[in-house]
Amino acid sequence: MFRKLLLVGLLVLALGIAPTLAQDTTIRYFTFSAAPDHLEDLDTIIAAFEEANPGITVEVETAPFADYFTLLQADVVGGDAPDVFELNYENFVTYAANGTLLDVSSYLSADAPFYPRALEAFQYEGAQLALPVTFSTVLLFYNQDLFDRAGVAYPTADWTWEDARAAATAIRALGEDVWGIFSPVQFWEFYKKAAQNGECEFFNEEGTESTINSPACAETLELMVSFLNEDLMPTAEELSGVSDGDLFNSGSVGMLVTGIWMFSAFAEAPFAWDVQVEPMINQHGNHFFANGVAVSSTTDNAEAAAAWAQFLASSETAATVRVNSAWELPALDQPAYFEGYLSQTPPANRAAVFAALENPVTPPVIERQNEFQDIVNAYIQQVVDGTLTVQDALDQAKAEIDALLQ
Amino acid sequence: MAAWQTGWTKWKWVLFFLAPSLLGLSVFIVLPILSSFTLAFQDWNLLSPPEFIGLQNFEELAADPAFWSALRTTLLFIILYIPSVFILALGLAVLLNQKLRGVLVVRTTTFLPVVASWVVVSLMWKWIFNPQYGLINPPLNALGIETPGWLFTPDSALVAIVITSVWKDLGYIAVMYLGGLQAINDTLYEAARIDGATPRQQFFRITVPLLTPTMFFVLIILLINSFQVFDQVWLMPMRDSAADRQVEVLVTEVVKNAFSYNRMGYASAMSWVLFVLIFAITFVQLRLQKRWVHYESE
Repeated sequence: MFRKLLLVGLLVLALGIAPTLAQDTTIRYFTFSAAPDHLEDLDTIIAAFEEANPGITVEVETAPFADYFTLLQADVVGGDAPDVFELNYENFVTYAANGTLLDVSSYLSADAPFYPRALEAFQYEGAQLALPVTFSTVLLFYNQDLFDRAGVAYPTADWTWEDARAAATAIRALGEDVWGIFSPVQFWEFYKKAAQNGECEFFNEEGTESTINSPACAETLELMVSFLNEDLMPTAEELSGVSDGDLFNSGSVGMLVTGIWMFSAFAEAPFAWDVQVEPMINQHGNHFFANGVAVSSTTDNAEAAAAWAQFLASSETAATVRVNSAWELPALDQPAYFEGYLSQTPPANRAAVFAALENPVTPPVIERQNEFQDIVNAYIQQVVDGTLTVQDALDQAKAEIDALLQ
Repeated sequence: MAAWQTGWTKWKWVLFFLAPSLLGLSVFIVLPILSSFTLAFQDWNLLSPPEFIGLQNFEELAADPAFWSALRTTLLFIILYIPSVFILALGLAVLLNQKLRGVLVVRTTTFLPVVASWVVVSLMWKWIFNPQYGLINPPLNALGIETPGWLFTPDSALVAIVITSVWKDLGYIAVMYLGGLQAINDTLYEAARIDGATPRQQFFRITVPLLTPTMFFVLIILLINSFQVFDQVWLMPMRDSAADRQVEVLVTEVVKNAFSYNRMGYASAMSWVLFVLIFAITFVQLRLQKRWVHYESE
């Protein structure tokens, strides 16, 4: 009897230990955002994860952004997908629609402090197919010296684009080589300004048809092009290959609509500058760019992979390492993590970064995303060149986009 | 002759030494060509398994404005590029064939652009064509000549691309001509001079006819290469400009569909259309050669 009991006892013990022993697993993690500047920071995060999860080892593979998606595709096609990999929001939908991602909702702890909107962005047909890791946004950067010289008041959070136009006109009058504003005229700006308009939607609710040629969308694109037409903004030819960032850095433009990733590039600018949330058309709307992390649907170690994904996306260690090393901002609703970031200047108004998050706009995404973007950009270009009217361009774009949806 | 040098034994050794390159050729060239043929009849986005769709890719191609516009641009490139390089290279070759001091240095110099990488060449010419900071526009503007936006606007970008391509390929074609020129027997010119032929007559009655085999070869190479024009069209138009968004040739369309739109099947179909096009034109050229190519032995 005793021997039987002992045997059963040992068996139970062995079963209890077995998972611990079996946890000696290696997770392959593929990333584009870590190399080359943040590999050590990633190592810090991995060390913290491995300490908290004994038996799991994270193996890092990196590639530059330009090659990343080609390599990832090759791995997925070849049946050798990494267990965990980064995805930007635009590529997320393509991967989600093709069944390559694992639903991580069952592994997710309820108290992970994600921005709800950020978490939603990586849901697909009701499943949580990736977790948001970092976010970025776009603000109105302005050259305070030029505003002072033109005698115009600095932008406020309540500005509309008409206020911006008035300021741009005054600044443009300062000289032949001083431009009022630079706000790119392309797909990425268009869908955001569409959200600022409020009425312009690129697709109907069912996503079966494009509504990009609606009067509200035409009005929005008209507004975007007007800055070019009124000579407040340089054309590509007038820029002659000088980037918009260099234009701002040289003190030749009053306002620039660009991303918060430019903060460090402008840190040494020889003039005073600050940021403000973007002006509105009818309402506020700000870019919300997110990178997520996904678990492969073919992984052998789903639990360990999901644990790593969650740690990377929502742990305090990961968040503070990112903030302190100026490596993109974590998509977490935890103001305490961001204190180090907010106290740096310039710009003085860093709080605008978080104010922008109150009205996040994510890009309209369809499965054939790149074609969709190219079509919109090609027709916007024809409007800029004056070969098509806004309405004609959008009508033709709609027809081509509808063909993509079939 | 030793026994191992004949028959099967000899072939075994030939195959043995050829094996490394045959292996590379079949894995990286033959296999992809064959699989692209089957892919042309499939729909494959790389992520999901390929699906057989018959001739649908080709039907879509026939109705795709982007394809026709790319074909038009490719043909326009060919029309502008081939005559220029064909004639200029001949002129250059005749110059290089002179027995002058320092001609060797000039020959080397004209070949330099050929060995330079397209990335380097396009960077250099992008600067030369820059409307504000470049070398071309300021002097023209000073003379009161209205200048185009070059690599910013589609039409002028194509002209700029042709100019750069001609500049880069001139040396290569000229060297081919030079080979042809040097193969012409000097005694023919001597005899012609004795008969009182002018240099002009010598050029059109001796040089040109005897150079036709080289010209034929050059024409075939130029046509095949220019249907496949890619690097310069991919690299030169200025980012985010109208030219960037509108100047597309067949191969850039193929690359875009394959690697940006993930439409491997459609891109394969387009590649095969391009192949058939090049094959047909080369075939016609081979057929027509009897009418104008003179081989010396005839």
